[in-house]
Amino acid sequence: MAERELKRKQAPSTRDEPVVEEAPVPAGQGEKLKAELDDLLDEIDEVLEENAEEFVRNYVQKGGE
Amino acid sequence: MAVPKVCGIETEYGIQHVGGDGNPVTSSSLLVNAYVSDLARAGWDFEDESPGNDARGYAREGALPPEVETHLVNAVLTNGARYYVDHAHPEFSTPECADAGELVRFDLAGEEVLRRSMRAVDRVLPAGQRIVVYKNNSDGKGNSYGTHENYLMDRAVPFSRIAHLVTAHFVTRQVFCGAGKVGTETAGAPSGVPFQISQRAEFFEEEVGLETTLKRPIVNTRDEPHADPHRFRRLHVIVGDANRAEVSTFLKVGTTAFVLAMIEDDLFGPGDVVPANPVRAIRQVSADPALRTTIDLADGRRATAVSVQWELFERARKYAEHQGFDAVGGEGVGTDILRRWEQVLQGLETDVSEVSGQVDWVAKLQLVEAYRDRHGLSWDDRRLAAVDLQYHDLRPERSLFARLATEHLVDPADVERAVFEPPRSTRAYFRGRCLAKWASAVSGANWDSLVFDLGTDPLRRIPMMDPLRGTADHVEALIDQCSSPADLVARLSSGEREPRDG
Repeated sequence: MAERELKRKQAPSTRDEPVVEEAPVPAGQGEKLKAELDDLLDEIDEVLEENAEEFVRNYVQKGGE
Repeated sequence: MAVPKVCGIETEYGIQHVGGDGNPVTSSSLLVNAYVSDLARAGWDFEDESPGNDARGYAREGALPPEVETHLVNAVLTNGARYYVDHAHPEFSTPECADAGELVRFDLAGEEVLRRSMRAVDRVLPAGQRIVVYKNNSDGKGNSYGTHENYLMDRAVPFSRIAHLVTAHFVTRQVFCGAGKVGTETAGAPSGVPFQISQRAEFFEEEVGLETTLKRPIVNTRDEPHADPHRFRRLHVIVGDANRAEVSTFLKVGTTAFVLAMIEDDLFGPGDVVPANPVRAIRQVSADPALRTTIDLADGRRATAVSVQWELFERARKYAEHQGFDAVGGEGVGTDILRRWEQVLQGLETDVSEVSGQVDWVAKLQLVEAYRDRHGLSWDDRRLAAVDLQYHDLRPERSLFARLATEHLVDPADVERAVFEPPRSTRAYFRGRCLAKWASAVSGANWDSLVFDLGTDPLRRIPMMDPLRGTADHVEALIDQCSSPADLVARLSSGEREPRDG
């Protein structure tokens, strides 16, 4: 049995510049993203159903379709 | 030439009735009824107790009048959609749409209808009770409910060929349209998997079959065209997840439309990309968010899901060069599908976090991992399951998805309009406009017909056997001009303008 993976053809022709566009994250950008995520996690702590155990246990559905 | 991929999505929503009697059928009926009653109060004439437009008969050709003894609400809305109780869930079926972009808009309109339903039922529930709706596909305890897509196909294409060739796509497309899930929940699922790409993958047990509720097949054989059965087939796709991310929905439908058109035209189709064991493969792919797992192909090769998708993408691009974009909704939406398909595969291949604004499972995984890190939780901590569940909560104040910076494709004002107005591009236009203008005269609305009660015997049935007839182009002027439903029926009967294929 051949153990070859399907290989994608080289750089799709629709793109002139093959890769390169992966500019390094500008200094400070990573910090900003992390701060945003932190804010989001703070918010989640506020809106998450209070008793996660009970919330998850009580969520029972009948199968459908 | 492939027939245009007219499409739609049916979504069964998860429902939680806090303080209720535990009967989800009752809760779902309350929810749907509350919405329909609100419409009636707002001036919609839904004719006494049968909300005017019961369409239970849709399931059996010509089976009218509706089976009122089920006592389940079953309304057809002025946007051409169907809103009803199916099994133990509220279900919203979008109207027929011409392309993936339009379908995203109506899928979002469905979410908005459910949101409005929650607010409406809140006003009638006793204190201490509330009904909450989740757009997901499983309860984490081994029970799944469906999100089904429908695509118009040429009847001349043998079903066995479709089933054989579409499987590679159905097994691997989850890499950009899986909704993500913490853990596993069925006996057959691999153990020790903390996070899956797809909610539904582990529920599939057969390759091809008729069932939808047990022994679910990857390719469903239901043959109910809701259109001229000699010309059309409706491919009923039960293998997808419900998506919150708009790009996931767009790609789920858009790429599938491409693959089906390729199969139909027998051009660049995925003839040599066929999974050796689709059931095992769909589970393997789902269980590996690192995207490194390879699946066995029938010709002996092994491939990752992403590389299978690259292969299908390349073929779709060649297909478009050769055949154009007519089958997938035209050049605008067609090029957008290809562009986003390529972008998302590049992201998945290089750094999945690049597509967290486009792909549900990536967005959810990022969220779950960050939450887990912050609190130092083990993967089986119920708080992670709670985050998973609440991602799908449709209430804006509780939804975790709504807090993420995902990419939006549709202007909220357009979603708002789609709650009431039908697409202009399919027969849903005729259905929706007639209901908006003459609801009290419509005694039955099915996917492929409208039945008018003009107060004189017999009832008048207007067939709509072609999903691409009855569009705004065909009937807008006619409906605008008609002063009464009798006028409309008379002019249609005289052959002035037919919404159906003559």
